Amino acid sequence: MIVPLSHVFLLAGITFAMGLVCLVAHRNLVMTLIGVEVMMNAAAIAFVAASLRWQLMEGQAFVLFILAVSAAEISLGLMLVISLYRRTGSVDPDRYDILKW
Amino acid sequence: MTLYAVIFYVLGVVILTATGFAVTRRQPVHAVLYLIVAFLGTGALFLLLGAPLLAAFVVIVYAGAIMVLVLFVIMILQQSPRESGLLSEWGPATLLGIVFLAVAVAMLFKDPGSGIVLKGAVARPRDFGRFLFDRYWLAVEILSVLLLVALVAIIQLGKRREADGEDDTVRNLNGASHPTAGQRSIISNEVKEGHQ
Repeated sequence: MIVPLSHVFLLAGITFAMGLVCLVAHRNLVMTLIGVEVMMNAAAIAFVAASLRWQLMEGQAFVLFILAVSAAEISLGLMLVISLYRRTGSVDPDRYDILKW
Repeated sequence: MTLYAVIFYVLGVVILTATGFAVTRRQPVHAVLYLIVAFLGTGALFLLLGAPLLAAFVVIVYAGAIMVLVLFVIMILQQSPRESGLLSEWGPATLLGIVFLAVAVAMLFKDPGSGIVLKGAVARPRDFGRFLFDRYWLAVEILSVLLLVALVAIIQLGKRREADGEDDTVRNLNGASHPTAGQRSIISNEVKEGHQ
């Protein structure tokens, strides 16, 4: 007897919305990637809660896959940010205007 | 209200507060430090929800490895924050988040099955591992291939091209000293801007 399922989903939803705001509002690519991480964390919370609700271990297996995908995503994303920083000297996406003629 | 419920609400407050502080910081370093607290809270929440192996993985992979990686990258970038908390940037984003949250909450409480109280159960690490490699071994292998592909892509992106004209300029500017990677890229950018 822990808590109703909706409370755990509410926690995951609020965390996901915070990640969404972080993703959209910041003008620093590192903060954008952090927002994606927060959203994946919220998804993992929802999966574990659903796994407990239906007493199936598939939810937990999916969280493991989320972890691995998130690790690959963040490392590749940070490498792209470093590569962009080497080319343009900025991590602000508004300043990427190499294609402008 | 049982003890488990109290622990859940305390953990929820910790996670929400830490995440809220993390997403509003201008300095990425502060955001990462707050996010480590949020991930530790998430690990404890997984333990409460009956997933001890995942709790350990979250602490090791998220709070340990990924956040340290982000910290290293922030230190490589040496980027001072230039953001301003303008309403024109935060207003639409917050509005979007609130609309999303309202829809999600409406859907959540409309669902008749949402009031079901969770029963405590624990997936022991041995059972979980056996289950995973019994039924989803192919997915685990695909994940390892995905990580390998990411590794190859990162190495390819991280390689710097040696036959570049700009590198010679940098070398001449610096004389005999060998600048580190971050310094070199900054110097080459300054050189580029100087030419323009």
